Amino acid sequence: MSGDHASSPVAAQVRHVEALLEQRGLLEPDEIDERIDALAAGGTPANGAALVARAWVDPAFRERLLADGNAAIAELGFSMGGALQEQKLHVVANDADEHHVIVCTLCSCYPIALLGPSPGWYKSEAYRSRVVREPRAVLQEFGLELPASTRITVWDASAETRYMVLPRRPDGTGGETEQELAERVTRKGLVGTAAV
Amino acid sequence: MTDRYAPGDRVRTRIADPPGHTRLPRYARGARGEVVSTAGHHPLADERARGLASDPRAVYHVRFAASDLFGAGDHAVVVELWEDYLEPDGSTP
Repeated sequence: MSGDHASSPVAAQVRHVEALLEQRGLLEPDEIDERIDALAAGGTPANGAALVARAWVDPAFRERLLADGNAAIAELGFSMGGALQEQKLHVVANDADEHHVIVCTLCSCYPIALLGPSPGWYKSEAYRSRVVREPRAVLQEFGLELPASTRITVWDASAETRYMVLPRRPDGTGGETEQELAERVTRKGLVGTAAV
Repeated sequence: MTDRYAPGDRVRTRIADPPGHTRLPRYARGARGEVVSTAGHHPLADERARGLASDPRAVYHVRFAASDLFGAGDHAVVVELWEDYLEPDGSTP
């Protein structure tokens, strides 16, 4: 699969098939775009950030989030629905001993409902092929230097589960409100390519 | 259908490269790993991609040592794999 989808032969084939389906009345014009819009509706990294901030201030919520992501995110009004079927959410928590990072080596599976559309680098062939083999080097290129003693676990979204990283709460943030904490959380932090 | 594997089981992934769509990544073929958890039950992607009926069967999070996959690295990779891709690993780890 090429990293440059727009110009690939596969993309041209897909456009051709779409046109044929529309000609034959099997597909309404813009139907695919509308489905994609519905899937992405409401999806933004602010959702993931809100979940992380809640987990930082509420240890019981953190436990529920790690044990059953789908049930816990419903408490804040979020859902992994929107696609053809509800996706299973598995949240993995960073700590001093272990750092998690997410990839989809086969395509670009991503928790759109909680993080919004995925960034270009997540879908790039370079990220997808390299982060499973040499995550420490890839994370360094993102500017994330982990201590040698921190183990790295890479999660490949190869089947039906979608993953989200729960970053470590930064030191010195004890006095911050949940809202202030949420504003610290970045999209990269939720994928594991940044500390927060 | 009861699950064939449980957390802690040592497994080995299939080596064969199937002719059609599959969700067993190439880098994880013929590799030894450990089941860490069950990830629900789903129809097999390989069969769905070919338009075939497919009963849900167990999917697992399987943890591999990078050194076993790539011959180098001190990290771990967790891959989500259908039961069909796995066989018991009788050898000593």
